[in-house]
Amino acid sequence: MTTHDPAGDQESVYAGLLGDTDASHWAFGTGFDDPLAGVDTAVPDGVDRADLAAYCLMLGDDALVLAQRLAEWCSRAPELEEDVTLANIALDLLGQARPLLARAAQADPGAVPALPPGSPAPPEDALAFFRDEPGFRNVRLVETANGDFARSTVRLLLFAVWRLALLERLRDSRDPVLAAVAAKGVKEVAYHRDHAARWTVVLARGTEESARRVRAALEAVWPYHDELFQSHPVERRVAAAGVGPAPEDLRAPCAAVLGEVWAAAGLAPPEVPGLARVGGRAGRDGVHTEELGRLLAEMQSVARAHPLGSW
Amino acid sequence: MSAAPGPAAVAAATARARRAAAAVTDPELPMLTLADLGVLREVSADAEGGVDVALTPTYSGCPAMAAMRADVVRALKAAGFAEVRVRTALHPPWTSDWITERGRRRLAEHGISPPGPAPRHGGPVPLSLVPRRRALRCPRCGAGGAELTSEFGATACRALYRCAACGEPFEHVKEI
Repeated sequence: MTTHDPAGDQESVYAGLLGDTDASHWAFGTGFDDPLAGVDTAVPDGVDRADLAAYCLMLGDDALVLAQRLAEWCSRAPELEEDVTLANIALDLLGQARPLLARAAQADPGAVPALPPGSPAPPEDALAFFRDEPGFRNVRLVETANGDFARSTVRLLLFAVWRLALLERLRDSRDPVLAAVAAKGVKEVAYHRDHAARWTVVLARGTEESARRVRAALEAVWPYHDELFQSHPVERRVAAAGVGPAPEDLRAPCAAVLGEVWAAAGLAPPEVPGLARVGGRAGRDGVHTEELGRLLAEMQSVARAHPLGSW
Repeated sequence: MSAAPGPAAVAAATARARRAAAAVTDPELPMLTLADLGVLREVSADAEGGVDVALTPTYSGCPAMAAMRADVVRALKAAGFAEVRVRTALHPPWTSDWITERGRRRLAEHGISPPGPAPRHGGPVPLSLVPRRRALRCPRCGAGGAELTSEFGATACRALYRCAACGEPFEHVKEI
């Protein structure tokens, strides 16, 4: 057992790690402890547990799926700093997804896929890695393929502008877990939004080629934008219960922020219809584009191959 | 014969537990203790030889949380506490303002620029299309006027700068 020695660690601050016989230092982040350990997880009066779980899945799946997409940039970004940035943003979103999926599992244990006896995977991992595509409730925007850097940047911009507007309001949620996740997430997503907005302006005001690409990106991604503001019945019910904002209330604030970006960039969103719903259903109902299946196949393959695996 | 420890004994045990937990170092910024970083929110011993600790994560996805939790448990067991319960305090969220004066000094001594005051966001966060200007000193040569390389560094909590005077890159702990 080593203890901290303020006088002795000037030479190497890492010295304390070496004398330790516990190898967990070298695999940190791989522990399966409860992300809501000790958090007050009582469901507020008047809130339907299944609705709360479905709503947490919506917000958690948005973050999880975009985190996976952004992680695909790892080692492929235009420059090293950007590679690190996209991985950082992915990690923040993954960090937001974890307590949201854990909250969903805790509010409605029936929503969690059953795993073989002896599996060490916690409920939030069971939800992330053992749910099939129709069980995912993310908007279709986040599952769209990365495309080029411009396209990933515009997708992140539309998402972060919306998510920040949502989290700002969710800080006042009657659900204490959602309020806490939101209070933390606001600080993180503010950095994501600024980053995507700055790149959008840089690309639009850069070379002829970068401007062409960012305009093409906006054409491609814009049809997915409106779905963010289309209320699902679950969202309407949780809004009525004081748990989350009504999606349509986010339209005006998001348009105002995006307007600032378009003005600085000299861009205008295209006049194209939004992506059609399928029999009235879309991402929040588990109806997705074919891109999601491929993303999940990669994301879930290791966990599904080793349901009893542990570190 | 053995009576339950009185309030004074429990207070002494709490003080001892606090010292042990406060000395645990951060796995990614090992020049800082958890107390320096401001993530150790609460330590209280009980009359049965147990202790409750509350830790708060710096960032939602901070992978160091599990290591911090394990290190706190080991440090307190080594200090003689039979049962150690570590809970996550999600609220209020961590802010870089909680890094102590000693922590800021230690960061600078180890070549990392400490954070300035964190922005206060009650209502909507204003969009910032140009990087926020920070009044930084290069932790190596002391010069001002560093250039921002990236708002995102090797861990979620750090930005990257390059000193315009000595040319050395350095990290800055972000204000959140």
